Amino acid sequence: MIRHDYNRIDPKRRPYDFKKKQFAQAEYKQQDYAHRLNFYTLPPTAEITLEQFEEWAIQRLKILAELETCTFRNKTFEETTDYISKLLEKHLPLHANSSRSTTLQDERRRDHYSHFILRLAFSRSADLRARFARLESALFRIRLRTDDTRERQAFIDSLDLQWEKVGVEERRELAAELGAVLTQGLNNKRAAQQAAEEEMWVKVDWEQVPELVESRRVFVKKGKAYVPGKEQTSLVVGEFTRRLEAALDLTSKALPGLDEDDRLTPILNHLSNSFTTPDAAYSSDTPVDGLGAPTADQVDALSKHFPLCMKEMHIALRRDAKLKYDGREQYSVFLKGLGLSLPEALTFWRRSFRTTTDDDFNKNYRYNVRWQYGDVGGDANRRAHGRAPKSCQRLLTEPLPKPGQTHGCPYRTYARENLERALKDDMGVRDPQVLAQVRDDVGRQRYHVACNRVFEHLHAREIKKVKDENIWGAAELDTILHPNTYFKRSFLLKQLGQGGGSGAAIEVKREQDETMVD
Amino acid sequence: MDSSAESGDGSSSQGSSSPAHEVEKIKMNDIMDEESDDEFPSSMPSEQVALQQKLATAKAISPRYSDPDIMRAFYQRLYPFRFLFRWLNHSPKPSKDFTFREFAFTLQNDAYLRFQSFPTGDLLRKQCISMTPTRFEIGPVYSSNPRDRKLAKNTSEFKPLTRELVFDVDMDDYDSLRTCCQGAKVCSKCWAFLTMAIQVLDTSLRDDFGYEHILWVYSGRRGVHAWVCDRKARELDDSKRKAIAGYMELLKGGDQSGKKVNIKRPLHPHLQRSLKLLEPHFGKTILTEQDTWRHSSKADHLLSLLPPSAATLRIALQEAWASDPSRTGRQKWDDITDLAKKGAGGLDLDTKALHHTQQDIVLEYTYPRLDAAVSRARNHLLKAPFCVHPGTGRVCVPIDPDKAAEFDPTGVPVVTELLEEIDRWEAGEGDEESKVPDWDKTSLKPYVGFFKDFVTRLEKDETVGKKREREDVGESMEF
Repeated sequence: MIRHDYNRIDPKRRPYDFKKKQFAQAEYKQQDYAHRLNFYTLPPTAEITLEQFEEWAIQRLKILAELETCTFRNKTFEETTDYISKLLEKHLPLHANSSRSTTLQDERRRDHYSHFILRLAFSRSADLRARFARLESALFRIRLRTDDTRERQAFIDSLDLQWEKVGVEERRELAAELGAVLTQGLNNKRAAQQAAEEEMWVKVDWEQVPELVESRRVFVKKGKAYVPGKEQTSLVVGEFTRRLEAALDLTSKALPGLDEDDRLTPILNHLSNSFTTPDAAYSSDTPVDGLGAPTADQVDALSKHFPLCMKEMHIALRRDAKLKYDGREQYSVFLKGLGLSLPEALTFWRRSFRTTTDDDFNKNYRYNVRWQYGDVGGDANRRAHGRAPKSCQRLLTEPLPKPGQTHGCPYRTYARENLERALKDDMGVRDPQVLAQVRDDVGRQRYHVACNRVFEHLHAREIKKVKDENIWGAAELDTILHPNTYFKRSFLLKQLGQGGGSGAAIEVKREQDETMVD
Repeated sequence: MDSSAESGDGSSSQGSSSPAHEVEKIKMNDIMDEESDDEFPSSMPSEQVALQQKLATAKAISPRYSDPDIMRAFYQRLYPFRFLFRWLNHSPKPSKDFTFREFAFTLQNDAYLRFQSFPTGDLLRKQCISMTPTRFEIGPVYSSNPRDRKLAKNTSEFKPLTRELVFDVDMDDYDSLRTCCQGAKVCSKCWAFLTMAIQVLDTSLRDDFGYEHILWVYSGRRGVHAWVCDRKARELDDSKRKAIAGYMELLKGGDQSGKKVNIKRPLHPHLQRSLKLLEPHFGKTILTEQDTWRHSSKADHLLSLLPPSAATLRIALQEAWASDPSRTGRQKWDDITDLAKKGAGGLDLDTKALHHTQQDIVLEYTYPRLDAAVSRARNHLLKAPFCVHPGTGRVCVPIDPDKAAEFDPTGVPVVTELLEEIDRWEAGEGDEESKVPDWDKTSLKPYVGFFKDFVTRLEKDETVGKKREREDVGESMEF
C-alpha cells in the first residue's frame, strides 16, 4: 500500500539499500492465503483501486458496528455468532478451504485489505484503537470458533506460538487438580482425572490468559497457567489481541507520515467519524420536557418513574439513611441526569444521610458529590462536567455488588424471590404472566429485555395511546438501554396522559446550560 | 500554639547539646557508609517538655493521637523512613521507582494533598516533619514526576506505570457475621476473620501465582492490607489486576441476592485448598466463638441458604429450633450435618446437594471478603505502613502471615505509649552516647526488624534480577 512507496526519493537523499529494508522482497503480486484465518502480521502490498479501498473498508465497518451493538444488547456469544454469521456471509464472506470456492483467494484478500485499511483509520486516538482491537478480537474469536476443526488446528500450528507443552509425568502428578479444572460440572473424580491425563495441556505465564484465570477455568501454579486444549482458542485470541494492540500503537506512530496524502486521508477520516457509537449515551444536558429543574424535595415524587435499579436504591437510602460508595455513585449521577443541580444534589444527600452529622457528611460524602458534578477534581473531570450517568451496559458489566451493597441491575443481582418481591412491592407489577416472562428473561440473562418488559407493562395504556395517535415514532419507543431513558420516557408518557408539559421550564433550563458551558 | 515556649526551651538547651550534635553528625556519616540500620539519631531535648505535657493530656482527656507535636516527634524519632525508601526504591541509589512515586498527605486540617513526590527518602521525612500529616498514602510510580504532571501534554505522558499489587480486607464487610462487635470496633475474637483472610490469600498468592514478597500490614483499626512487591506483580496492568482480584473473589451479590456462594463442582483447586484451610476455622470461629446462628434471625438466614429441594427439611428444622431457643449454633449446624448423613430418614433429599450446600455455606461465612476495587487499579492510594491511625493511635505495623493467628490488634503499639517508652528507656539506661535507634528503645522494635528483613530480601531479589538483565544485554551486544 502507500507506506512503502519505494519510488519516492528520500528527502535526505540517503543511499537506500532496499535489501536491508523490512520488505525487501516486496510482494507486488497477490499474497497467497493458505488459511482462512489471518493473524494480519504482514500488510498487503499489491495495488487496489480507491473504490475498492473505500468499499471494502465500509463493509468491514458494518460488521464491526453490528458486533458492537450485540455487546451493548448483552447478547450471549452464541446469539452473537448466529446473528453475525448471517451478516458476514453477506458483507464479508470467508470460506474454508474445504468449500472449494473459486473466490477463496479473493475473499481472503478482501479480508486482509479491509483489516489494514481500518487499522489506519482507527489508530488515530487511544479510544478508537482500544475499540477497534476489542471488536476485531471479537470478530476473530467468532471466526476461529466457527472454523473447520482440522483447518483451525493447521492454522494454529502455522502460527508457531511458543507454548510449553505439559509432559506426561507432570500431567499424572497434577491429575487431581487438572481434573477439577477440566470437568467443572462433571462429577466423577476418576473419569475427570483420566480425562485430565489425556487432555493436551499447555503451560503459559498466567498473565497471558487473564480472563481464564479470572473465571478460574485454568489451574494456576507458581505463576504458570495450565490451559486445557479446549481453551486454546482463548489463548490464540489473546495472542491476536496482544499483537494487534502492539501493531496499532506502531501504526499510530506512522500515521503522521500520511498527512500529506490527499486521496486517502479524507476517506480514512470519514471512516473513523462514521464509526459512531450505538451506545445509549445519555447527555445530561438535554432536559426532560416539562420537568424543568427538579429540586431535592421532588425526588421522592419523581421516584415513581424510576427503573427498578434506581427505585431500589432510593428505597434503600430512605430505609438505611445511607448508601455505600458504588451505590451513591450510580444513584447520584442518575439524579444528575434528571437535571438535579449541584446545590440541590448536595441538599438531597445531606438530608438523606439523616443520621450522619454535618461534620461527617462534609468530610466523607460532600466531595464525592461535587466530584461527580465536575466541581472538583482533575482537569479532565472538570472539563467533562463530572461523570456521565451510567448506561445499562455499564451496570450490567460492572462487578457484582458485595454484602451490604445494593447497586447494579437488580434483574442481574437479585435472587429470584427477592426480585419478584421487589417487582411486586416496589414497582407494582402483579400480573403473573409478566412475572413469569421476566423470570424467563432473567434465566436467559437478558436483563434489559426483562426491564423493558416491565416498562411496557407499567405503561401499556400510554404506549398504546401514543402509538394509536401516532404521536411518537418507532425511534422514540426503541428498546431502553439507559436508566435515564427509562425515566425520561416514563415521565413523558405519564405527562402526555395528563396533557403535556410546559415550555417555559425548558427555556430556563436551556439558558442555564449555556452559561454552564461557557 | 506553644511554639514560643518551644523555641525558648530550645535556645536554652542548645548550648549544652550542640557538641553532642556534632558527634552525632559524624556518626551519621559512619552510619551511612556502613549501611547500618540506624536511621536518624534522636534526642530532641528542646521539645521534650512541651511534648510530655501533650502526651499527658492526650492520655488523660480525649485522645488526640494526631496532634501535630506528637506526629512530629513520631516522624522524627520513630518512623522508619530509610526502610520505606529502600522498600519502594529497589536499589541503593534513588531511582524513578521512588522519585516518580506519588505520595498523598492528609494534613492536620483534613486537607488532602495529592501528587507529592520526593527525590530522596530524606526529603520525604523532612516534609513529614514540617507538615505533620496525620497519615500519608502511597500511590503508583508514574511515567513522569507527579509534581510536574501539569506539564504533561496529554494523558500518555503522565500515567501510572507500576505499583505493588494490593489487597484490602476490611472488617466492615463481616458485620453480618460478627456477634461480638459491630462497626469500627474490633476485638481479638473477630480478628479471626482476618486471620482466615490472610491465610487464604497469602497461600494462594504464593502457591498459585508464585509471588514471594508479600507484606501484610495492619491498617490501624479493623482491616489488613497486603502489598505484593515482586517485580512481576508491580508491573501488572489494570486488566490483569482485575483478573487476579476476580480469581480471589468468591462472594458475589449484594444484600438482595440470596446465597452468595454458588460454585460449580468439582471445586477449583484454589477453592478446594481454601475450603480445607477454612474448615477448622469455621468450627472454631463461626460455631463456637461467634456462635453466629444462636439468634433466630441469623439462623433463618442459614435455613434460607439450604437448597430448594430441602424444603421439608427446612420446615422441620425451623420448628425444632423454634421450640428450643437455647440451641447453640453448633448444635444447629450439627442438626443439618446429621440429616445430610442419614439421608434425612425418609425425607426426599439429595444428600450430595446438601453436602455441597454446606460447603458453600462454610465458604460464605469464612472466605475472605475483599474490597476488590482497591486491587483492580494501579492508581488507587493506600495508607503507608507504619503510619498512625488517627482514631486509635495504633501504628500500622506489618504482620507475619505465618503467625497471623497470634496477632492481637489490641496489643499493637500506640504512638503515645511509644514516645513514653523512649523516655523511660532514656531515663533507665540513659546512655546519651549510644547510637541505638529510637524504635529499638520501644515495643516497635520487632516490627521494624521484621520490615527491615522483608526489605532486605526484596532488595536482594531485585539486584539479582537486575544483574541477570545486564548480563543478558551484554551477551546480545557481543557479535
